[in-house]
Amino acid sequence: MACSGCCCEGRANLLEAYPEKRRALEDYIDRLHLGGDMERQKGFLIDCLHQAQAIFGYLPLEVQELVGKRLRLQQADVSGVISFYSFFTDQPVGRHKINVCTGTACFVRGADKILETFKRALGLEEGATSEDMKFTLSTIRCVGACSLAPVVMVNERVYGNVTPKRVATIIKDCE
Amino acid sequence: MLITTPEHVARLATELRQHARKAVTRQVLVSMGTCGIAAGATPVLDALKREVSARGLTDVDVLGVGCVGLCHSEPTVEIVDRATGASTIYGDVTPEQAAALLDGHGREIKKTWYFPEDEQNAENRLQARIVLRNSGRINPERIEDYIARDGYQALATVLAGMKPEAVVDVITASGLRGRGGGGFPTGRKWRIAAGQASDEKYLICNADEGDPGAFMDRAVLEGDPHAVLEAMVIAGYAIGAENGIIYVRAEYPLAIKRLKIAMDQARAHGLIGENILGSGFAFDLSIKYGAGAFVCGEETALIRSIAGSRGTPTFKPPFPAVAGLWGKPTVVNNVETFANIPAIIRKGADWFKQIGTPGSPGTKVFCITGKINKVGLIEVPMGIALRDIIFGLGEGIRNGRKFKAVQTGGPSGGCIAEKDLDTPIDYDTLKMLGSMMGSGGMIILDEDDCMVDVAKFFVQFTMDESCGKCTPCRVGGRHMYGLLEKITAGKATLDDIETIRDLAQTIKTASLCGLGMTAPNPVLATLACFEAEYLAHVVDRKCPAGKCARLITYAIDPELCTGCTLCARKCPATCISGKPKEAHVIDQSMCIHCGVCYDSCKFSAILKH
Repeated sequence: MACSGCCCEGRANLLEAYPEKRRALEDYIDRLHLGGDMERQKGFLIDCLHQAQAIFGYLPLEVQELVGKRLRLQQADVSGVISFYSFFTDQPVGRHKINVCTGTACFVRGADKILETFKRALGLEEGATSEDMKFTLSTIRCVGACSLAPVVMVNERVYGNVTPKRVATIIKDCE
Repeated sequence: MLITTPEHVARLATELRQHARKAVTRQVLVSMGTCGIAAGATPVLDALKREVSARGLTDVDVLGVGCVGLCHSEPTVEIVDRATGASTIYGDVTPEQAAALLDGHGREIKKTWYFPEDEQNAENRLQARIVLRNSGRINPERIEDYIARDGYQALATVLAGMKPEAVVDVITASGLRGRGGGGFPTGRKWRIAAGQASDEKYLICNADEGDPGAFMDRAVLEGDPHAVLEAMVIAGYAIGAENGIIYVRAEYPLAIKRLKIAMDQARAHGLIGENILGSGFAFDLSIKYGAGAFVCGEETALIRSIAGSRGTPTFKPPFPAVAGLWGKPTVVNNVETFANIPAIIRKGADWFKQIGTPGSPGTKVFCITGKINKVGLIEVPMGIALRDIIFGLGEGIRNGRKFKAVQTGGPSGGCIAEKDLDTPIDYDTLKMLGSMMGSGGMIILDEDDCMVDVAKFFVQFTMDESCGKCTPCRVGGRHMYGLLEKITAGKATLDDIETIRDLAQTIKTASLCGLGMTAPNPVLATLACFEAEYLAHVVDRKCPAGKCARLITYAIDPELCTGCTLCARKCPATCISGKPKEAHVIDQSMCIHCGVCYDSCKFSAILKH
């Protein structure tokens, strides 16, 4: 679920700058059947964070605080959940999120070489985002397309049977 | 359309079948699972639809179906003649081939692998399909297709007059064991929950398929979502739960989409919700999303995650069947387990027990990947020999290389070597071999794979995914990874191997949950079968498979080097020097052992030791 606007990376006061995004998130929370048991209300936290990340692209502190406030949760509860689950990120991500699959099938078919080639070609370490916010390079655990191993996912697009030679083409596709 | 009585289900199925028989003479099935789509199935489907309408063929039904398991030849198209039942499967299909396919031309796939029309003819085939019965046969987004193939018939039977205890009895008698990996008897789990007096009970479907190299649950959800829904309503009735939750990986968008469609359809037909089939029984379903934490496949961690917390496991007992979500009795079953339930109810426990082994009845779905010729998704009876899977269905090792080991059970499992390939596999024999069933990923390794490196890969995985709650797993895993690093870097001593053995035992006994308890398995299993390989790393400082980068040295053969300068230009460490048209030299003190020169040299002048 990539950010739909793709223009909000790294900006401060996101909530003020994008009132429509804030509205979308608040509307979502309004529709939940909140109220009653505090413990059960916490059960909506992960749903809200999924929604918030889909809207904003990542989960900066101010968004976390908004969710926490609406669900009546401590900030520690919210950030604790975000840091636990690898799907959530509190850092802005690049427009092209390059995910090299490092599941077992990809591993035995040479995913490490693909990752190395990307690192060198982009000058990025694993998990890093380029300064121009164009690329984020990361690894992903098995997308379940093992028959096409090694696999690289760029945003939603899946490239199968990737070779180090094809890395340059994949990067070019992002232009 | 609302279905109001159990009898109505069978009547509707007959009507749908009669209608289909009249209206459709040929079915064109395009495999549209996630990997089918990634391989390009969508334009193929569109092209076929266009071609059929251009020819004005009103009796040909072109439909997108779930995965048929022929991953190695994707995209695949199957054309079924409804009158005779005969079918042909074509592989590696392109949109341009649409017209030719309808005329019966294309690359036909031999059916040694997959026998869709062969449900009666059980002899001479390795596969048996219960769980994947509908996957690849029906449009998963049409409830009518499911009903026409006896879908919701089991639910109708249950609600027409079976007592909840009778349902639990059938499942217990069938001997069905949890397909998520642990193999706990499903009937026993249900009985414990059914016996709890509580105003509220929960039923959870564990679709947080996190094992790398396993995608069978995704295939079921994408190919036959109604089977899971039907089973959940039956299970809810059996244990007395009115609430069902499907906990699914957020990384499976297509599975989620099809689940949602299926739920809407089932609700509209009165198959979930209030007063199901007029029986007075109410059961509703909701979806919760995982967020990328492997440990959440463990049931207590999963329950914590649904409750909105960090997914850390809790002590058992109390077991979830006694006190689970919100402290209420909760049954957690895996997708594949559920997919078995409707068939067991329809055909009976005795039928189910005939398939498989006495201790592990039924079938198991495996994903076979890695260095194998025919990568794919298969469903085989328990008790089949690994050799039949790898050399029969999988057609042997890629590029004529030699088989080395098969890894089962994902990060919790182990490797099985050549000598044990003829063992009939089920939950118990795999455990005896030091591996486990796991969720059913099966990764085939060949002689180019280094077993120490493979063990390190899995330990790194469990180390990364450890939730950090208990010390043996959190600290022990990291320590074990460090030791394996040392071995693959050629810096270890024989004492380190003993330390690993010791440490593995401690982690196994002292960890809180299944993740930690099984994390050392990949190491112990490879140590048991391939100790010589460990010793080669430690004593000879060599990696026999040539995988461990830091144990490899590269040198340039001056005789073969033409001085083309390609390697020098490609070398990321700029440690290759030489004048054009003269032999080049690698500066060993700066070499990072990346192998780029070896891969790029066009004259085979780079020597690898």
